[in-house]
Amino acid sequence: MALRISLNINGTEHGVDLEDPRPTLLDVLRERIGLTGTKKGCDRGQCGACTVLVDGRRVNSCLTLAVSLDGADITTVEGLADGDTLHPVQAAFIQNDGFQCGYCTPGQIMSAVGLLSETGGQASAEAIREGMSGNLCRCGAYAGIQDAVLEAQANIAKAGKS
Amino acid sequence: MNTFDYERPETVADAIKAGSKPGASYYAGGTNLLDLMKAGVRTPDSLVDITRLDELQRIEPQKDGSLRIGAMVRNSDLARNDLIQKDFPAVAEALLAGASGQLRNAATVGGNLMQQPRCAYFYDAHSACNLHKAGQGCDALEGVNGKHAVLGWTKTCIAVHPSDFCVPLAALGALVEVDGPDGSRQISIDEFYRLPDASTPPGSTLKQGEIITAVTLPSDAKRFAARARYIKLRDRTSYAFAIVSAAAMLHIGDGRIKDARIALGGVAAKPWRAREAEDALNGAEAGEAAFRKAADAALADAKPSGDNAHKIELAKRILIRALKAAADGTPATMPDLPGSVFATGKEAR
Repeated sequence: MALRISLNINGTEHGVDLEDPRPTLLDVLRERIGLTGTKKGCDRGQCGACTVLVDGRRVNSCLTLAVSLDGADITTVEGLADGDTLHPVQAAFIQNDGFQCGYCTPGQIMSAVGLLSETGGQASAEAIREGMSGNLCRCGAYAGIQDAVLEAQANIAKAGKS
Repeated sequence: MNTFDYERPETVADAIKAGSKPGASYYAGGTNLLDLMKAGVRTPDSLVDITRLDELQRIEPQKDGSLRIGAMVRNSDLARNDLIQKDFPAVAEALLAGASGQLRNAATVGGNLMQQPRCAYFYDAHSACNLHKAGQGCDALEGVNGKHAVLGWTKTCIAVHPSDFCVPLAALGALVEVDGPDGSRQISIDEFYRLPDASTPPGSTLKQGEIITAVTLPSDAKRFAARARYIKLRDRTSYAFAIVSAAAMLHIGDGRIKDARIALGGVAAKPWRAREAEDALNGAEAGEAAFRKAADAALADAKPSGDNAHKIELAKRILIRALKAAADGTPATMPDLPGSVFATGKEAR
């Protein structure tokens, strides 16, 4: 059954023709739109590498049928920076060495962006570790990831006040 | 994944019509169903997408003081809801102790009730499992079964229900509202589930086409708000299913326990309401001695189903811990590690 859906991805409308309803949002982003920043790790919702924002909320794109999201706003890691100016979470990951091989990083960053909007800028280090538990890093860069999210939270709060 | 037909009805009535076809499954958060479809364990002929049914999205206080929660409300929205945090704090804590931030944003109330067991043999389409097809047998009986059931199991199935959210729901006597081809009905969460017997594996009492429309928390459940906790023991501090968990709620007056509510998770094929333990506490002085008696009562009928005898003692300890935490009072704000044995102390409300 052919299905046509429309997704607003990083501010641009994309019409996508699906041959059948099976493709996940992850596969549509990577294989159909060509946005390969979003990574396929486990493809089963366990690693978080595929995290994107759907209507502003972080979800595992591997466990979401694209057809169900017709009309949704999707933000991927490619949509975070403003030209050459990095998003505060991206900048903080670089500043704090929040990665080693980098494969999980797009998912970590999107998850952190989602988390900071959920917590309203008040999260403790412990709450950040808990809130980021859906993102695995096999290099073990967790200490840097935690520091990056804490710094991004502080910088976003500072920017909000100025 | 097998291919399937896809429908997105606009009303519950149309959803029921579509969902009544043989081989149809409802699609909500998708976090468990798609996982099982990728594993080849679930092969629906059609998916009926209920994600946009407005009538299932609401959280509504009722005139009788109960709280009606639509089946499509996402776990994270429910956990952050002011009424849930104020009146049913153990429900919020259990929700936040489950899964990950991403999964909670997708997973729904109805889907959480319908969660399938995480038994490795059920998840492997090539293993013998009575949940795949009754009569296949059960590879878990002679397999890796350290996390399997200690209560209510038979040799037909020793898997446990994996939900956190359902544990305080069971303790509070939540009501499940179901609509279907034969009309709507409301049943207690206890009656919603079937335990395994000599030939039938466990499951829900839903018939083909029936859909969960809401879960209602009764008004009398609010009296436990000041002393209600959910504690969960797991292999790692976050993002792991319970080895054992406990919801404990106390209503204390004049130094005595006037009413207690207790349910256990990770021990049986359904969230396990421990009425014997509740009875053991009624009228008793809140303290270690009474809590130990209650824990012994809750696990009196427990027996190992494999390499899991340790879960019986663990369940007792986690229940005593949850009862102590409940007696200390619901924390004024949600702990940074909800439901964790490592949660640091916070002032009671």
